[in-house]
Amino acid sequence: MRLLSEDRPGHWLLAALLVALLLVLAFAPFLLPGTKALAVAARILIFIVLAASYDLLLGYTGIVSFAQTTFFGLGAYGVAIALSGGGGWLALILGAAAGIAVSVGLALAMALLSLRVRAIFFSMITLALARFAQVLASEWRGLTGGEDGLTFSVPRLIAPGFHPFASPILGLRISGTVIAYYLIFAVTLVSFLVLLRIVNSPFGRVLQAIRENPFRAEALGFRTIFHRALASALAAGFAALAGAMLAMQLRYTNPDTTLSFSLMIDILLMVVIGGMGTLYGAAIGATVMVLAQYYLQPGLSLLAAAARGIPLAPALFDPERWLLWLGLIFVLVVTFFPAGIVGSLRARANAAAHPPIA
Amino acid sequence: MANAVALLRTEALSVRFGGEVAVDHVSAAFYPGTLTAIVGPNGAGKTTFFNLISGQIRASAGEVWLKGERITRLSVPQRARRGLGRAFQLTNLFPGLSVFENVRLAVQAEARRDFRLLSLASDHHDLNARSAELLETVGLSKRASAPASALSHGDQRKLEVALLLAGQPDVFMFDEPTAGMSVDEVPPVLDLIAAIKRDREKAILLVEHKMDVIRALADRVIVLHQGRLVADGVPEAVMALAVVQEAYLGSTGSEG
Repeated sequence: MRLLSEDRPGHWLLAALLVALLLVLAFAPFLLPGTKALAVAARILIFIVLAASYDLLLGYTGIVSFAQTTFFGLGAYGVAIALSGGGGWLALILGAAAGIAVSVGLALAMALLSLRVRAIFFSMITLALARFAQVLASEWRGLTGGEDGLTFSVPRLIAPGFHPFASPILGLRISGTVIAYYLIFAVTLVSFLVLLRIVNSPFGRVLQAIRENPFRAEALGFRTIFHRALASALAAGFAALAGAMLAMQLRYTNPDTTLSFSLMIDILLMVVIGGMGTLYGAAIGATVMVLAQYYLQPGLSLLAAAARGIPLAPALFDPERWLLWLGLIFVLVVTFFPAGIVGSLRARANAAAHPPIA
Repeated sequence: MANAVALLRTEALSVRFGGEVAVDHVSAAFYPGTLTAIVGPNGAGKTTFFNLISGQIRASAGEVWLKGERITRLSVPQRARRGLGRAFQLTNLFPGLSVFENVRLAVQAEARRDFRLLSLASDHHDLNARSAELLETVGLSKRASAPASALSHGDQRKLEVALLLAGQPDVFMFDEPTAGMSVDEVPPVLDLIAAIKRDREKAILLVEHKMDVIRALADRVIVLHQGRLVADGVPEAVMALAVVQEAYLGSTGSEG
């Protein structure tokens, strides 16, 4: 429980879900056959970090930013640009570090300059920054490869063609891809636990106070501009770390995979579906969204095939309509779990303990 | 009174909103061990005067001095850190956080530990003990783990007092602390304010409508009318003045 910073899941179902998620992700290479499944598992891990970093801003501090993809992209392009020139681990680490450093610096500057004024103004600035980063990545071909992006090779140890052992271990032939997966797993686990610690620290409590009542937080003597700025910087840093992991795992980067606005919406949905301000919610939300994105379409194809005889049904289950179904799921979640999956489960557990007084 | 050193002093403090002068050249000094009631009809500028002192509104002209330091240009948190504690007219808490966490935040603000990122809030045992103590003082220990939003109105006002006490300010500012309370909820809050008064080091400012509260607690009354300070003195003398009869009692304060 110390490892979880005394932040218990708060509901048996949630605890069970999280343990199951942890176990599946920990043994994914051995449990899930095929490269696609492993790629999806890696993507879930990366998006857990990204969504959790965004939850620090949106859920804990109440800051609405649209620039989380910008920092995600900075991390990814940091690694991509560093590795495009060849080089091994040093380039990878320096590229990731540069991406994180630039993100933290940019987020700090932006926050200190614009969070003083009204929150909506800050949101607009982040929107402009997100768009600017997109245009820059598309147009600055010499550095970013434009729309095509950058393709590069990663250090041998984590390259797909690398096989350290002659014989399979537990039925799995260990490859560089598996090693890369476990690197991502380790970084995600540590990042998540660090974020969990931060939100349960005295600093994290101030962030929640700012979310609940910024006016009162100031009157208590908290100079909230600095707390908000640090929260922005931390969120940007972890987003860049996630971006660096994505680039490393995909071995390419382009504006679509890291900077697109639809990606920003995905992150927002992950946090909202999971439950804002719970961190565990970000993990659950990221998992649900990534699974939906990868398996809703094939799932619909199966349904459409099965429903061939029924009028209208095949058209309804057309794989092309997967976004419609995703939208429907989202509406249902927001309607029946307004506080997100985690928030609603916790509220249910708390309601018995503290009936509200009208 | 006059030979003591003022903890808080305003000097020709003024603010105008558009063409409207809300607070007009108010000069007043507030001394340790003294509870000053600020009275006046609705719209007289009492809450605006409070906002000017605690910094939510910046003065158009004039100065505010706290313990000899000019604080007119300082931000709200900077003033709070220098010893200005304010409770608000409308209940102003952290609704989604627990009662205990509300107090713990105020205690933590006073302890200046808000940038500890990697320690657990629950491990700061001294702050937790002090928070529990404050909840005991205001009589909310039993509700410690309930969200603040689940408290009754009266209990929320008590929590508001606990937040104020946590900051250990030199100057306490109460804006109608008993407003909207049921009759039996009032005495405990008045007892809390009386207890602060017994500590002779603190200056207390109290915006209040209720005459019985003023009689019970105030050492001094100042009257604001249309943004101007029109009377200042001991309660019995001030309340007898014609200008006060007209300005204050002439309008029946419907709020509170």
